[in-house]
Amino acid sequence: MDKYFHSVVLDKNNCNGCTNCMRRCPTEAIRIRDKKAMIIEERCIDCGECIKVCPYHAQNVLTDDLDKLNHFKFNIAIPSVTMHGQFTQSTNMNRIFQGIKKLGFDYIYDEGIAADIVTYIIKEKIKENDLPKPIISSLCPAVVRLIQLNFPSLLDNIIKVESPMEVAARLAKEKVIKEYNLSPKEVGVFYLTPCPAKVTSTVRPVGLKHSYVDGVISIKKVYGDIVRNEKTITTEEEFEMGSPLGRGWARVGGQSHALGLNNYVAVDGIENVIKVLEEIELGKLDNIDYFEGLACFGGCVGGPLNVENPFIAKSRVRKLSEGDKALELKDKDIAMDMYKKGVLTLTKKIEPKSVMKLDSDIKKAMNMVEEIKKINKKLPGLDCGSCGAPNCYALAEDIVNGFAKIENCIFRLNDEK
Amino acid sequence: MTKDSNSMKLNYDVDSNDFTRAGEASSNIKKILKQLGVASKVIRKVSIATYEAEMNIAIHSYGGKINVEITPKEVQIVVKDNGPGIKDVNLAMKEGYSTATERIRELGFGAGMGLPNIKRCADVFELKSEEGKGTKVFIKIFLNKNT
Repeated sequence: MDKYFHSVVLDKNNCNGCTNCMRRCPTEAIRIRDKKAMIIEERCIDCGECIKVCPYHAQNVLTDDLDKLNHFKFNIAIPSVTMHGQFTQSTNMNRIFQGIKKLGFDYIYDEGIAADIVTYIIKEKIKENDLPKPIISSLCPAVVRLIQLNFPSLLDNIIKVESPMEVAARLAKEKVIKEYNLSPKEVGVFYLTPCPAKVTSTVRPVGLKHSYVDGVISIKKVYGDIVRNEKTITTEEEFEMGSPLGRGWARVGGQSHALGLNNYVAVDGIENVIKVLEEIELGKLDNIDYFEGLACFGGCVGGPLNVENPFIAKSRVRKLSEGDKALELKDKDIAMDMYKKGVLTLTKKIEPKSVMKLDSDIKKAMNMVEEIKKINKKLPGLDCGSCGAPNCYALAEDIVNGFAKIENCIFRLNDEK
Repeated sequence: MTKDSNSMKLNYDVDSNDFTRAGEASSNIKKILKQLGVASKVIRKVSIATYEAEMNIAIHSYGGKINVEITPKEVQIVVKDNGPGIKDVNLAMKEGYSTATERIRELGFGAGMGLPNIKRCADVFELKSEEGKGTKVFIKIFLNKNT
């Protein structure tokens, strides 16, 4: 497998080399070379900003096709909690789940159930009070990778509890193996995803040795089929679903609401998350219990692979989960037992990634910084992006790193004539 | 080829009451320390110290300067302002003590943690202040201290 797997990929045929994605990338991971965008793999956090802003739909997400269901004898679908915001309030979600099943699945496990379990565990962890404050949610994989890259001093603040997707996958797999007398290899677990970062998490998880999710299907890709299938249902089935609070994880603030917390900060949009992480690094939020940072606007309902407008979906999820008291989990002891056995925790340390480092010899690095500053002074400071770097300073860095030439700056050339 | 330099200097002016730009020095230093490959815990200490220093100049002084020198061993930070100077240094070093005005507190600053925070982050900390003249804070943070 590639050293860096990314779910976000570029379709060169559709890319015309405009600078939209490059200028919006929160980690400066995109450059334009030969009139095409390219992603610097070690910097990409799969947040999907580039997908959202590309006017030519040249940025894509690698997901699986339904054909992959043929690899397994028994297939489980885990619909993301955002599914609950994709249909009008009056829609019977049982019929939607049945529509999902008709795509070729044998079993449906609502991610909301796992969100309830994760809620309970996090609550217990907060009570233990042995983590640095604020505790940072591990839900958004793009934010976890952002912290690895740009805020490594905050890695210890991340709560080491797995995301509802992983918990759902483990529990669902275990359940059907017992119930239907199957071997682990016969069971395929598929996540219906709103999120490119989640796709990456199943292939190259952070903090986990391997993922229990065998395949990931984009909600967008199967939405039409689900709606068509729903129309053909004659006998209705009933499905177990997470509590309203568990399903509420789909929107920003939903986790904190489910946790019954008051002293929390919930932030959506990757640029906003970066600003607040800066504040946390300065120690200004040490009195806050929980920080929920989500890369997409509105939270996971804003994921680029959803169909419904994020604000509408967020409003639906809010109505669905509003006013409910904290839920009493049925299998509290089982959940705690699993947690203690390590079934629900991260199994690997989250390591920092120092991609900013110019050289391992600090003296050389200091010379390079001086050089960058010198070159930056010669550049016009327009941050226009025409050179193929997101701003003048980034071009200066690229030049010193040997990835670009000063001639790439078209304004500088004009001045010299 | 350029020859190896053994230190690197960064200088910043901080204006009184300029809360739009206060914080820029700290984030700029942070970026450079990352490029130098300095350990993240050390970077965090340096950025908290410089941030608090910037805020102190903006809140309490008539303006001042932050001069930073980075060597392979340590980061030295000299914070100098043009007055008015601290009346009672011992009191100023006490957590929670602040002379910030109501207006400053309304902005969310003036919690009385500035100097104590700087001291906590520093491996070496010296403060000299003369009423009517100004305040000078000198701090050192070591790059390779095993903490």
